[in-house]
Parts: sequence; C-alpha cells; structure tokens
Amino acid sequence: MSGQSSGCGFLMSVVVHGDSVLNEQEKELNQRLRRLYPAVNENETPLPRSWSPKDKFSYIGLSQNNLRVHYKGMTPRHTQAASRVLLLHRYMGIGLSAQGVNMNRLPGWDKHSYGYHGDDGHSFCSSGTGQPYGPTFTTGDVIGCCVNLINNTCFYTKNGHSLGNDLRQQSQYPNLYPTVGLQTPGEVVDANFGQHPFVFDIEDYMREWRTKIQAQIDRFPIGEREGEWQSMIQKMVASYLVHHSYCATAEAFAKSTDQAVHEELASIKNRQKIQKLVLSGRMGEAIETTQQLYPNLLERNPDLLFMLKVRQFIEMVNGTDSEVRCLGGRSPKSQDSYPGSPRPFSSPSHKASSSQPYLPGFDSNCCNGVTSNKSHSSSPHSHKPCPPGSGSTLPASDISLNGSRSQQPISSSDVDMEVDHFTNGVTESSSNGFLNGSSKHATEPDDCDADMEVESAQSKRQLCGGSQAAIERMIHFGRELQSMSEHLRRECGKNSANKKMLKDAFSLLAYSDPWNSPVGYQLDAIQREPVCSTLNSAILETHNLPKQPPLAQAVGQAAQCLAIMARTGSGSCAFASVDDYLH
Amino acid sequence: MSLNYVTSVSVIIVLMQEVTATSRHYVDRLFDPDPQKVLQGVIDMKNAVIGNNKQKANLIVLGAVPRLLYLLQQSSSSLELRTECSVVLGSLAMGTENNIKSLVDCHIIPALLQGLLCPDLIFIEACLRCLRTVFISPVTPVQLLYTDSTVIPHLMSLLSRSQRTQEYITQIFSHCCKTPEHQTVLFNHGAIQNIAPLLISPSYKVRMQALKCFSVLAYENTQVSMTLVNVLVDGELLSQVFVRMMQRDQPIEMQLTAAKCLTYMCRAGAIRTDDSCVVLKTLPCLVRMCSKEHLLEERVEGAETLAYLMEPDVELQRIASTTDHLVAMLADYFKYPSSVSAITDIKRVGHWNISCNGILSLQTCYALAILHELQSCQIAILQLDHDLKHAHELRQAAFKLYASLGSNDEDIRKKITETENMMDRIVSGLSESSIKVRLAAVRCLHSLSRSVQQLRTSFHDHAVWKPLMKLLQNAPDEVLVMASSTLCNLLLEFSPSKEPILESGVIELLCSLTQSDSPALRVNGIWALMNMAFQADQKVKGEIVRCLGTEQLFRLLSDPDTNVLMKTLGLLRNLLSTRPHIDQIMSSHGKQIMQAVTLILEAEHSIEVKEQTLCILANIADGNTAKELIMTNDDMLQKIKYYMGHSNVKLQLAATFCISNLIWNEEDGSQERQDKLREMGFVDILHKLTQASDPNLSDRAKTAMQQYLA
Repeated sequence: MSGQSSGCGFLMSVVVHGDSVLNEQEKELNQRLRRLYPAVNENETPLPRSWSPKDKFSYIGLSQNNLRVHYKGMTPRHTQAASRVLLLHRYMGIGLSAQGVNMNRLPGWDKHSYGYHGDDGHSFCSSGTGQPYGPTFTTGDVIGCCVNLINNTCFYTKNGHSLGNDLRQQSQYPNLYPTVGLQTPGEVVDANFGQHPFVFDIEDYMREWRTKIQAQIDRFPIGEREGEWQSMIQKMVASYLVHHSYCATAEAFAKSTDQAVHEELASIKNRQKIQKLVLSGRMGEAIETTQQLYPNLLERNPDLLFMLKVRQFIEMVNGTDSEVRCLGGRSPKSQDSYPGSPRPFSSPSHKASSSQPYLPGFDSNCCNGVTSNKSHSSSPHSHKPCPPGSGSTLPASDISLNGSRSQQPISSSDVDMEVDHFTNGVTESSSNGFLNGSSKHATEPDDCDADMEVESAQSKRQLCGGSQAAIERMIHFGRELQSMSEHLRRECGKNSANKKMLKDAFSLLAYSDPWNSPVGYQLDAIQREPVCSTLNSAILETHNLPKQPPLAQAVGQAAQCLAIMARTGSGSCAFASVDDYLH
Repeated sequence: MSLNYVTSVSVIIVLMQEVTATSRHYVDRLFDPDPQKVLQGVIDMKNAVIGNNKQKANLIVLGAVPRLLYLLQQSSSSLELRTECSVVLGSLAMGTENNIKSLVDCHIIPALLQGLLCPDLIFIEACLRCLRTVFISPVTPVQLLYTDSTVIPHLMSLLSRSQRTQEYITQIFSHCCKTPEHQTVLFNHGAIQNIAPLLISPSYKVRMQALKCFSVLAYENTQVSMTLVNVLVDGELLSQVFVRMMQRDQPIEMQLTAAKCLTYMCRAGAIRTDDSCVVLKTLPCLVRMCSKEHLLEERVEGAETLAYLMEPDVELQRIASTTDHLVAMLADYFKYPSSVSAITDIKRVGHWNISCNGILSLQTCYALAILHELQSCQIAILQLDHDLKHAHELRQAAFKLYASLGSNDEDIRKKITETENMMDRIVSGLSESSIKVRLAAVRCLHSLSRSVQQLRTSFHDHAVWKPLMKLLQNAPDEVLVMASSTLCNLLLEFSPSKEPILESGVIELLCSLTQSDSPALRVNGIWALMNMAFQADQKVKGEIVRCLGTEQLFRLLSDPDTNVLMKTLGLLRNLLSTRPHIDQIMSSHGKQIMQAVTLILEAEHSIEVKEQTLCILANIADGNTAKELIMTNDDMLQKIKYYMGHSNVKLQLAATFCISNLIWNEEDGSQERQDKLREMGFVDILHKLTQASDPNLSDRAKTAMQQYLA
C-alpha cells in the first residue's frame, strides 16, 4: 500500500497516540511537513499523511488512523518447502511506486515500482530480480526512504543510519508514492509520515543540501568581462532610487558611481512630493498636486483616480486626510508622519509571484520508519494510496488528509465544534458583537452620529479624528464617491475590482471601532504603499519610463522562476527562497 | 629551449648578485645609529620579504636574525620597533623549513617567550603569531615549549586577552601536545577550563583551534576524557557542543575534528559505544568523510578515525559496514592517482605564480620567468611525490579500516573479501615500498585470517602466504608481529596453506622469532610452531624439536611472559601426541621434559599453566615406554595425587586423566602399575572422585576405576 502523495513526498511512524492528542499531533505534523517540504504547496500537491485506504489490495488491513498496515490474508496453499522458507524470512518490501501499479505484488517487482526488501536486503527496480543493496530487516527495525529531487537519488535508512544511495533507483518518474508490501499473515507495519520526529536525522541532511545549494548560488559565475557586472548592479540600484524618488540618495549614488540619471531632477522631486503625501495619508493634497503637475494623467486614468479617491475616503475615516484634518481637533502630526520609506519591492509582479503557490519542493521525499511485527507465511500483496496529487481530486473519505485546518472526522463531535468555531472565529465573533448597534450604517451613513459619540468616549482613535464636521465631510465625500462609481460603471462598464474596493471602504463605517474590525486592515498605513506605487508607476509611464524599477522586476522574475522550478519538480528551488536574499 | 637555458644561467647569476646586494643593504640599515632609521629599515625589510622566499633566505644568511632578535629584546627599543621586528621574524618563519631551523638555532623561541611578558597587547600578539608559525613547523622541537615551567601558565593567562591570542595560543598547544606528559602538563594548568569557553567564540578560527586542542588532549587520555564529558559550555554539555559542530552544514574540517574528539573520548571510556552521540552522530559523520566528494586528506583522516572508533566494538562495526555502502566506498581508495587527477594536477602547476618585486629590472624579470619554468618542472615532480604519498596514505587508511571492520564479524569479512579485487590488493599491499602500507595490509590480512571460511577459500586461492613469508624475512618489529600473528592463523590445521608454508622452510624462521626480545614476537613464533605441531607427522615434529633445540625450548618454559609459557606448553602437548611420537620424543628428551614439568608444577603459576602441564603429563602417561618415566618418579606421582585432590576441577580432571592413562588395562605392565598406584592410595582418591559433583570428573574417575575391576 502506499501513502497518498503529491508526486514527491511521504513519511511514516512507530508509535501511534490516542485521539485526545490528535489535534496537537496534527499541528505538529503540519509544522514538520512544512519544514521538510519548504517548496511544496499543499493546495496543489498534498503531501501524504497516511496510507490511502483505496489503493490497497484486499488482503491488506488498515488501522490507527490509516497509519498501521497489517496482513490479513489466509495462509496460502504453498508447498511445504516453500512455506518453510517463508517462515524464516520477513517478506516485506518498502519503496516507491507510480499510481496504478499492481497492488497484488511487492514494491519493485513491477514497472514504475521500486522497493527494498527485508528478506534479502536487495533492491528491486521494476524487475523480479533484485540487486544486493543493504542489510536485511525484520521485526523492530525502523526503515526509512528518502528521495532527493536535487540530484535525483534515493536512499533507504535502517534504524537511523543511511544505507547509501540506491544507484538503480533514479527517480525518473516524479509522481511516485510511498509504498509498502506485505505477504505474511500477522505482519504489521506502522508508518510515520511526519507525525513523529524521524529516527534518521533528515533535518541535518537537509542542512547539508541547503548549504550546498546556497554555495552554488554564491559561486555562480557571472559576466566574463571585468566590471560589467558591477556597473549593471549600479545601474539597477540607481534606477531603483530614482524610481522611488530618493533624489538626494540617487544623486549622491549616481555621482560616486559615475552614472547618468535618466530623469530630470525636478521631475523626481515632484514624484517624491506626491509620494510623500500619499504615504502620509494626505490623499486630497496628493490628488490635487498630481492634477497640477501632471494635468492629464488622472483624466486619462479614471480607474486610477477612483482608486485614489477611495483611498482618500479611507484616510478620511482614519482622520488623516487633509480635508478632514483641518476640520478635526487632533494634532496633525500624530498621524501625519509615515513611519518609513516605501517598502522595497512592493511591485505588483512580486506580489503576484509571492502569492504563487510553490510546488514540489525539496528532495526529502522521505518515508522514515516502518516497523514490522510478527510473521507467518503467505503470498505477496501490496497496497496503494489515494489517487495521485492531482490537487482537487481527493476522495471524500480522505478529509483528514486534505486540509490543514479542517476537523478530523475521527475526533469526537464537540471537538469538531470547537475547531470550527475557532477557525472561522474572528469574523463571526466580532460581527456578533457589533451588528445590533451599527449594522445599518453602511447603507445609511447619515445617522451615524449618536453611536459614534458613544464609541468615541471609549476608544482612543476616533472616526475622522473625532470632529463632527469632519464626519459630515466624510459622508458627503462618500456620496460623491458612490456617484463617481456609478458614473464609471456607465462609462467603462462593470469593474469588479472597483466595486469591491468601494464596498470594502464603506464597510469601515459598519463598525463602531473600524480599526479593530475585520476590514480594519485598510486603515493600516501599509495599505498606502500599493496606492503610492501604482500612482508612481502611472506618472512614470507618461514620461515613457518603466513603470517598475528593474531591480523589482529582477526580484519578481527570480520568484517566478522559483515557482516554475517548483512546479516542474526541480528540487533545488526549495533552498533558494528569494526572501533569504532580501534583508 | 636548450639555447635559452645557456643564456638564462648567466642571467640568473646576475640576478642572484643583484638580490644579494639589495639584501645586504637591508641588513646594513639595521645597524644605523639613528633609531628612527632603524625602524624604517625594519619596515622596508618587512615589505621586501613578504612572499619572497629567496629574499628571506638571503637575509638569514646575511645575519639579519640575531640583529632583529637583539632589537626585539632591547628594552631601550621602542615598542613599535620591537613589534615590527617580531613581524619580520614571523615573515621569515613563513618561508622554508630551513628558515625555521635557522631561526630556532638563533634561540628565537626563548626571546619571543620573553617578549610575552610585556604588557603591550599588540606586541604580545606579534610575538605569539611568530611563535605560532615556528611551532607549527615539523622541524621545531616541541619540547622547547615546556623547558621553562612558567611558560604554560602564562600562556593560559594570555588566553583572555584577545581573539588573536586565543587563536595563536590554542594553535600552539594543539601542535605541541604530542605525548601523554604534554597532555598532563596542559591539563594540570587548567587547559580544559580555559579553552572550553572558546568553543563558542564568535571567531571561527578560535573555535576551530580550540576544538583541535581538545582532540589532541583527549587522545588516549582517560583523565582528560573523563573530565571533558562533565564540562559545561554555556550550560551545554561539551559532547553536545561537539555534536553541533558535526552538523552537516559546518565546514568539513570542523565536522571531522569534532568527530575525532568524540571518538577519543569514547575510546578512553568516557562515552559508551552505544551512546547515541557515537552511534547516530559520530559514526555516520566519519563514514561520510570517507566519501569521494571530500579531499584526500579528509578521506584518510576520516577512515583512520573511524577504524579507531569501532575497533573494540562489534556492534559499531556492523552498523558501519551497512552505512552508505562503506565497504564498496573504500574500494575507491585504491583507484588513486587516476588519470583524471593527473590532469588537474598539471593545471594546478600551471597556475603557480611567483611574486615579482618592484626592484627587479626587466632583465631579471625575464630570468625569473625562466626560473619559474624550471620551478614548474620541480613543482611537477614535487606534485607527483605528493600524489604518490597520498596514494599510499589512502591505501593504508583503507586497509586499516577494513581491518577494523572485519575484526569480529564473519559476515563483514565475507563482504570485504568479496569486494572487487580485494585479495589482490592486499597481496600487492604486502609488498609495497611504503612501510605504512605494508603494515596496514598485513593488519587487514590478519583481521580477515580469523575467518575459517576465508582461510579455506580466498586465502588459499590467492596464495597470500607467499608475500607474507617474504614480508617475514626482513621487516621491522611492528610488521613482524602482525605478519607472524597472521601466519599463526594460516598454520591452523584446517588451513590449506599450511602445507605449502611448511615446505617453504618456515620452521627456522619461527624458531628465530622465539629468540626475539619482543614478547609479542616470541608468543607468535611459539604459537605458530604450536599450531604447526598439531596433528603433524613425525617428520615435522622432529624438525621442530631439532630446529628449536631443547635448550631454547626450556628457556621458553621459564619465559617471564605467561603467554609464551602457555604456548610453549601447548607446543609440547602437541608434540607429545600419538603413542609412537610420545615414546620417541621422551626417549631422547625425557629427562629434561620431566624436569621442566616438575619445575612448573612446583612454581607459582596460574591454574591454566598448571592444567596445561598436567595435560602434558597425561600425554606422557599415554606413551608405551614413556609411562615408566612417571611410574619410576615417586615425587611426580605424589604431585599427581595432590592435584587430584585440588580444589580446582580442571586440575583434578587433568590429573585423573594422567592416572587413568597409567592404569589402562590393555597395555603391557598395566597390572604392576595398578598395584603400585593402589598401594600409593590412588584407588581411594578415585573412589572419592566418582562421587564428585562435576559430571566430567566423576565419569573420568569411574572409567579409571573400571580398569581395576576388569
């Protein structure tokens, strides 16, 4: 039988804990799997967590949450001589196999199936004749299997000791599943797919490979010609500085490295001014300045203007926008200063790539720990796992394998309830608390006064800075925004992004304390960055300059490349995260 | 090219003169009356010698060293000058071994050690750096560090001064700790407590040198090892610190040295062999070091350390034998130098560069270029030497590891002999020029010779006895011990090699071994003779007695080494088996043998020795005519009687055996003997012994009693 897998991973255990510790155990399992398969996105390619009850031969029985395998076949009608031989040996095999391999045979005997057998210690590679590989194994031994997708090797371990690469088992087929085969009545195998620490120090093995990959990256040969590499880096840095309008730095850098700046200093300063306004939340002024300096820009980009206005609305709620600030009684300074510069590499392309799912990752297709108990004699049968990791095609019976947060069907019902409650938790509990009071505010912003007054006494942060006039201004502005949205829809057709943006912004008013509401993230200063970056890019585009600095583009591309490597099963990507190189 | 050489020779001479002239100028400046000019002269000299071995040699020849040392020691010199002097001296020490010799001859070590008493840290560091360079050279006598007893404590106190002092001092210690006495001196001055905290120093160099210190301190030293296991570094046990240093992302040098520390601690009995830090960490780490991807030196050290680690423990041997295909991996050790490595070596030579000084003219540069080519040839030859040395080192390390792997487990031995060309490799290893390889090969052979199956098959097929015999002819003692020990096994009765060895005139050789000063060689010699005499024919036995000579035989019977005595008795016993042989030997040497037996029975000896002697007596009692030698010796009969009543069952049994042989019915004169012995009271004793609790003894006594009844 084999564990359900994403085409590269699996793991197995010796002791199985009771149900009460299941949640704890599952959490630990998830954490361990995350560490062992850093580049695997389980939404696309789930990792095996237990044996698949579907892919097994009928003589194979499963228990202990599908982690224990036992042989339940009857004693076969072998000749006397044959069964005597069988009594002496443990006929058991551990290995890898593709989906659809005959489940009635030990792993290794058929095509696309590989195995290490306990009776003779031989390795079988899609053939009935094995080659000497390692020692024999028997009751009480812990056997592990590790597939290294970086150098495409596979090795087994016995009681924590590596037995060395199995040279014949080059994993040419990425979609292999951990498999065990038994043929002796009474024989039991317990698996550890990561529920427990592995006997073999796989983490140490990974450390070595991480170091190797990183050394390979560090030593990667660059341009032949002297100085070319350096000047390219300097250009990238300079363009980045210019892009984000760090004029003084850019100027100094260009001077000391002998670079030419491809933009007028005045133009950089203008962009810098606008960005500062956006980042400090003074959207109204930012829009005004943009219209002044780049007269046709916003007219030609109604979506951009809409986005800026929505942001302005949010800043009004926040009490930071210039229009409400002058009305409110709060000290402008407190919210004015934006804590820092634009975050590096917040460019869209990078954003997209970082949210891209990673795929099969590192090498450690590792199944450690098979314990065998007892034996008599019988004929061979193996047992295969759930269908391959074609993502969504998981059978319903395998809920436990599938989601990281979903409840365990095995656990008792009240535990389920709690789990459920907890996971969805944040949204429901907070909405419960406030809905009765201010649920109508979203649709009728007019009568927000009474409630707001009450709330303002309690919370430090006050809507629109706490000024009544400001609130009125904000509400008025909201109406304008609403009509602008309708106008846009008529002119340019439906735009779901715009619609959502507006809805989210208005939702802020549905809560008495918007900052601590589920949509409160919008008020965070960090949300100004994408707006700032989009506006900056649009300005640059009008000047025929790249809307993204080459540096960000390179980073984004590197991240994309890694994602593609992961999807094509190139293992080294697991140890080359772009984030490791950004400090 | 040949034409070029002619011109170049003269150019080289010109160049030499020019270099010598400039060198003299540097030395002259050291004697300038103006201290400021002297300082500038030393600084210029420093810049001139860096990386220039020729210049260094010239300056030494021209007598710069004594002057520099003088300036260094003068308290009137400015600190700056003294520091610069030690820097120049350190630079000179970086050159050839000859440079070091000259420096040591000028008493640089006491001068620098004296300098360490100065409070100035910069100066201390310069002195230590220079001392370090001198001490790590193989030509410096390490004893010089220990001659002044105040030096070690002072160095210990300097450990807290800076990372540099830490690095240099620990490096000096690890190179100068060569004997158990050195270990004790360092241990007694608190080396462990002072150096342990350096294992977590932020500087890699300091950590590494501290680790090396522990490896040399713990080597075969129970006291140090026992102390080390209890040391805590920042709340963590030292063994755990070592385990962390063996992590696979650490530099190989660090992994290997940490594994050595744990190995030595384990062998000294401070860590159990089944401790997980040995089984799951140290052993796998050392196996990894043997893999092809590592440097030759690392593979050699890894294999040697692993061999040492598992030598006494069969379980570790079993685990290692299945880890990472170690047995097959070691076969690669014999495939060096390969053609591939030759090519890379040539490339390495091509990259050699000579540093050119600004003072040289164009012409001299040209000459240098030619010199460079000449040097390249030399380097190529040196490189070849280097490769051969590595090839030897690799082979001997592999043999050692095979020997250790196969020392206990029959399955592992089988696996080793089945490795490709293994037996051929051992056979050729036995006759290699390098003594180290020969010794390791014979160790390996010895380990494998413990297998009955291998003796019967592969040993015979490959006629390993031939090179072994050759090796025995003329070899140093350590090789002889191993070789003769192996020979003992090859002479075992079931070994098919026994016959051809006998025919090659081995007896004489073995007899000469019994006269060796080394007890181990005497044991092996007599042991081999003993094995040879077992169930041998009359001719061989006669040959042994004739060749050994009764005088030597009796000398061995009074050998101070119990092992020698035991094996000699064994030889006698084997000689005295089957009736015709007994009678023949006893007729010619009966008197002396009886005398020797009496002496041994009367002297203070272990039970085993006495038992063996009584067995000889029983054999004598089995002879036809030899019996009379006992029957006519009342004193001897009294002794037998005594041993029949001894508290040790083994002795009782052997003595009863003897009596049983004397009274055996079917032989001539048995009646008289029975009567005589009855008179002496033996029947009563026998009767008593039939009631003995030991079944063997009572059976034997009953059988003897039956002789009287029949």
